[in-house]
Amino acid sequence: MKHFARLLEALAFTPQRNGKIRHLVQHFRTRPDPERGLALGALTGDLDLRNVTPSLLRGLVNERVDAELFALSYDFVGDLAETIALIWPEAKDPSDPPLSELVHELEATGKAALPGVIAARLDSLAPSSRYAYLKLATGGLRVGVSARLARTALAEFGAVPVEEIEELWHGLAPPFESLFAWLEGGEKPVSAALAPFRPVMLSTATDLDALGAFDPADYVAEWKWDGIRVQASVEAGVKRLYSRTGEDISGSFPDLLEALDFDGTVDGELLVRRKDAVAPFSDLQKRLNRKTVGKTMLKSHPAALRAYDLLLHEGEDLRALPFADRRARLERMVLACDPVRIDLSPLLPFETWDDLAALRADPPDPVIEGVMIKRRESPYLAGRIKGHWYKWKRDPMLVDAVLLYAQRGHGKRSGYYSDFTFGVWEGAQLIPVGKAYFGFTDEELKDLDRFVRNNTVERFGPVRAVKPSLVLEIAFEGLNRSARHKSGVAMRFPRIARIRKDKPAAEADRLEDLAALLPPE
Amino acid sequence: MAADDLLFPTPEGLYCPGGDFHVDPVRPVPRALVTHGHADHARPGNGAVLATRQTLDIMAIRYGADFTGTRQVAEGTMTLGDATVRFHPAGHVLGSAQVEIETGGTRFVVTGDYCRHRNPVAEGFEPVPCDIFITEATFALPVFRHPDPAAEIAKLLASIEAFPERAHLVGAYALGKAQRVIMLLREAGWDAPIYIHGSLERLCRYHAEQGVPLGDLRPATDDSMAKADFAGQIILAPPSAFAATWAQRFPDPVIAFASGWMQIRARARQRGVELPLVISDHADWPDLLRTIEEVNPEETWITHGREEALMRQLALGQRRSRPLHLIGFEEEPEG
Ligand SMILES: [Zn+2]
Ligand SMILES: [Zn+2]
Repeated sequence: MKHFARLLEALAFTPQRNGKIRHLVQHFRTRPDPERGLALGALTGDLDLRNVTPSLLRGLVNERVDAELFALSYDFVGDLAETIALIWPEAKDPSDPPLSELVHELEATGKAALPGVIAARLDSLAPSSRYAYLKLATGGLRVGVSARLARTALAEFGAVPVEEIEELWHGLAPPFESLFAWLEGGEKPVSAALAPFRPVMLSTATDLDALGAFDPADYVAEWKWDGIRVQASVEAGVKRLYSRTGEDISGSFPDLLEALDFDGTVDGELLVRRKDAVAPFSDLQKRLNRKTVGKTMLKSHPAALRAYDLLLHEGEDLRALPFADRRARLERMVLACDPVRIDLSPLLPFETWDDLAALRADPPDPVIEGVMIKRRESPYLAGRIKGHWYKWKRDPMLVDAVLLYAQRGHGKRSGYYSDFTFGVWEGAQLIPVGKAYFGFTDEELKDLDRFVRNNTVERFGPVRAVKPSLVLEIAFEGLNRSARHKSGVAMRFPRIARIRKDKPAAEADRLEDLAALLPPE
Repeated sequence: MAADDLLFPTPEGLYCPGGDFHVDPVRPVPRALVTHGHADHARPGNGAVLATRQTLDIMAIRYGADFTGTRQVAEGTMTLGDATVRFHPAGHVLGSAQVEIETGGTRFVVTGDYCRHRNPVAEGFEPVPCDIFITEATFALPVFRHPDPAAEIAKLLASIEAFPERAHLVGAYALGKAQRVIMLLREAGWDAPIYIHGSLERLCRYHAEQGVPLGDLRPATDDSMAKADFAGQIILAPPSAFAATWAQRFPDPVIAFASGWMQIRARARQRGVELPLVISDHADWPDLLRTIEEVNPEETWITHGREEALMRQLALGQRRSRPLHLIGFEEEPEG
């Protein structure tokens, strides 16, 4: 376990992507099977362990540690597993079991016996292993390693293209022994999985100036829909829905899965759509991250696919063909599908970039966040390759608001006041309209933190109310009506764009200014 | 007289009317007793300062010879007005002391900052029985159990072995921590020169003069050294130096930081630390509690740090305590 603990520590503290890859490669090289494969599975989220809940852990620690002391410690440390690992009574003679022993024990233990098993392990592990163990058990490693980065490290370890690993990935499972055998010079495993994930093509950002260098005739444009980019894959009746990083999200969208009446791999946008009306992103969010979806939700929030591209069709790999050819095949294929669930992303008519700019400035649907521009000749390429696909995002909405409350952050910002609640004027009163905890630089964070400490007028627990005197320019991606908020509006992705020290609080925006930005009812 | 009429906080700091002096005042006062040379405890501009010889020397190094009107070296039992005063070692930094004050029939001990781990640069802490124990609480949360510093230094040496092509920059504050890290390295067998930032030089030289064998120290800005020459070397600097272009003279540096705060991952990440070294010059939670048991006071007063947790723990053990809410001390000082 100490090797896994050390790996987590090294990953957590190494800021650079390349450094993280180096630590991973080193781990794969030096640890035996099945230890390295289980570590990999833990990092990629492929270890299907019974998720130990935070409330179970709180229960355990409450038996050992005074609740008030724990609360004060947790407030300071900012991370539940870390607090418990540090505060847990010291083991007299710490043991160092292999990762596999702990994984198998967690797999084999029933719900009722779980608290006892976890407490016994915490009693016998050293502090850094306690932390790693708790992270493993709760399934939230959060060491800045995505499944994609882990696969990149595997590719480097075995000196093979990462795409080959991505294509294999969904046929493999921890401890990945056949994969490691291949990467060390053995035979390549044959993907047993049908309808595997194919690496997705990504776009780079552009703007009007950059587009000026291209001939509009060589390009097509589509709306950039504000849903979730997905890949729908069907092979021999096996249907799967993947996120753009290759996570299998089929379980959350049985309604859409059922409607995948084709044989092939489609690139598209996942949306909640009621007839022709695309619902805002918040509706889609309600469907996400649910292991099971209730009947009511299926009915009220129906999932749909808006198709962008066709990678494979009836056994034929189309990825090397130009976009225009793939699009023609896609159009024919979609015709045969249920239009309530699957439709085409329309191509936009334009002759000049200015035409397109005009379309983009005034999209017909609030669920559009810009336009996508694709070269007619481009093949379907894995990854973010320059020169083929471009995204031209809508400018974010802006509002000037006044800082009202600040809360100490958790995680990596736990020493700073980093969660900011801001408000706008309604009559002579400031009414909270949102909360932002990003957008600022480290320097600005220190600045804001200092402002909060020097202008506190009241404290309640971790929250401070401040003198309403600092104006923040808030950028956000959209605005919804919300009955849950006193202001009646909810912002999407609000962030602090600028600190407006130059602006007096009285000149901040008013609630009616904000309401004017709401989509029509 | 009640204890809090004999010694109490004022805006200037903790004041003893019987002896007419302040302990570690944050603003200039006619007469100051100073526990140790850290900037939040020792400030210039007082009329008179009573402290250990080493603390007086350190204040003169930091603030210039005219840092106070008059100075007096603490020796034995001293009478100040109606109070008697005696200094005892605190184990925190070179010259650090606890101040024992007897006034109005009550015995107080003001710890300043203290450390119970063996510290090769400071004389070891001595528990002094008293009626009122006035303690720091910098690391007063049960999550703080400082590991063996030798094991932390072993991490640094292992990293040098794993990344021989990189320089290792260790952040350490100029007074105490820097010299402690150097001594720990020497004890672990690191005999090579250690390179130090210019701001550490005078205090390191002073430690050497006081008989702390720091070994071969060289300026990190040595112009005869090429960038590549620093591969596999250890460079000590105050953490503030890392942000500056100063750090760019070293090859792909691994940023380490020696501090008790490094126990908390978020603190390490906030500072961009790649190699956190949990080395502290303060008492950790078990040592705070052990010390209070040993000193066994009627009441414990808490000067600065995380007083809520310590008060809670003491209440659970049926001990009386109260916070002094002294101002002027950093929320998270050099740890
Ligand atoms: Zn100190
Ligand atoms: Zn202090």
